[in-house]
Amino acid sequence: MDTTNSTVTPTPKQGKKRIKRAAAFFQDLYKVGAFVGRFFKEAFIPPYEIKELFRQCYEVGVRSLALISLTGFIVGLIFTKQSRPSLSEFGATSWLPSLTSIAVMRALAPLVTALITAGRVGSSIGAELGSMRVTEQIDAMEVSGINPFKYLVCLRILATTIAVPLLSCYAAFVAMMGAYLNVNQNEGTSYSTFIEQAFEPLSFIDFESSLIKAIVFGFTIGVVGCYKGYYSSRGTEGVGKAANSAVVTGMFLVFIEEILIVQITGWFR
Amino acid sequence: MARPGVNIDYNQKVITIRGLEKSFDDNYVLRGVDLDLYQGENLVVLGRSGTGKSVLIKIISGLLKADAGEVLVLGKNMALLDSRSLRELRMKVGFSFQNSALYDSMTVRKNLEFPLVQNQRNLSRGEINKRVEFVLDAVGLMQAINQMPSELSGGQRKRIGIARTLILQPEIVLYDEPTAGLDPITSIDINELINEVQQRFKTSAIIITHDLTCAKTTGDRIVMLLDGKFERQGSFDEVFDTDDERVRAFYNYNFTE
Repeated sequence: MDTTNSTVTPTPKQGKKRIKRAAAFFQDLYKVGAFVGRFFKEAFIPPYEIKELFRQCYEVGVRSLALISLTGFIVGLIFTKQSRPSLSEFGATSWLPSLTSIAVMRALAPLVTALITAGRVGSSIGAELGSMRVTEQIDAMEVSGINPFKYLVCLRILATTIAVPLLSCYAAFVAMMGAYLNVNQNEGTSYSTFIEQAFEPLSFIDFESSLIKAIVFGFTIGVVGCYKGYYSSRGTEGVGKAANSAVVTGMFLVFIEEILIVQITGWFR
Repeated sequence: MARPGVNIDYNQKVITIRGLEKSFDDNYVLRGVDLDLYQGENLVVLGRSGTGKSVLIKIISGLLKADAGEVLVLGKNMALLDSRSLRELRMKVGFSFQNSALYDSMTVRKNLEFPLVQNQRNLSRGEINKRVEFVLDAVGLMQAINQMPSELSGGQRKRIGIARTLILQPEIVLYDEPTAGLDPITSIDINELINEVQQRFKTSAIIITHDLTCAKTTGDRIVMLLDGKFERQGSFDEVFDTDDERVRAFYNYNFTE
């Protein structure tokens, strides 16, 4: 059997399909760009919906607190517990507070917060706007002289951009409390010593990059959730797809951004 | 010819459409539609499902863009309006959706207040309440003011949908299938409400329907959309006084099924 020429040439039909897919991808990319551009164009011009913005921040932030508290606490506790055996081999368990604080501040707090928010809030935004789209509620706003993009999209993106950094700070605090509980039980470290050791290795750039990450993640989750919901179609199936796609795409983009931001902040360190 | 008690000003056109065309990919829905709507007139657009009736009023309200042709609403060319002017025009053109499209996270009161609060920010709380109660009274659903849309029946939702279009005091109302999905008795109530709105609020209206009872009861003039064009036009009897099989089939189906 001749195995030298193993390359399969696509049929004209397959080729056409691929071209169509590529065109759809670039069209989508353009649409997302236009969507983000429209957000910056419309979000900061009056009238400002302060009351509705607070309500959205409450929905995103306060309603996520229980989940963030539980997850943050467990992450801090488990991270410390799992790191102890390796450090104890070198007699370096006293490094646990600083090791945990670096991990939590630089990566875990913003990432865990973003993933939870993408799952809880991203899907809910996608489903809510998607169902509004298919039941013509968005059209009803438009024909009533209301700007649905400004009222529904801009406020939700702003809310996630504001709430995720705050949640991330809170997650960091709770994770450190979980770590303290473990360290205190095993090493008997006092609270003040733990805090002193935890803050010692952290620099301004750690706080700054963590905050920037959280802002970028929050913005991304808001944009993805709103985009998927706002442009959903095909009835209830479309709503389900919008919610699902908001979570999957949101999480995927969060990981990509994590890599990029770590790389960029690495240059400044 | 206007029905008794209806004043139509045939010298004043509120909507003028010339050569309107619209397609979705290879599906040509509207193929050169011409239409005039006069001040105070209820115009019924009849046609089978999927013939582009709803597309027509969505183009009039600016929800869809025409491929070709000219649409003048209250003297303004829809194609030339910027977003601000379009928003201003939309306040004068009410749209009653087929499925009512009520905001399901808001009570009836909030549903009605929302367009007012968003468009007329200087209104006092007292004025807003007064306007809300006025339109609710007009549609006969004052008792539903604090209910959620999910607690309302289909007919009540239609009424609230119509009340929401009236809250901005429009000059034109576009009704998309106002009796679709309703039982015959509720349909009669909705037809009466449409006539009441015309007389009490002095509105002009385009009523999209395939319900001939609705067409006969509410229409001052009827046009029939066939193959993307208005083929028949006139009073109910004039439209159906024909041997055209497409029209006869429509009539027979409605009154024999």
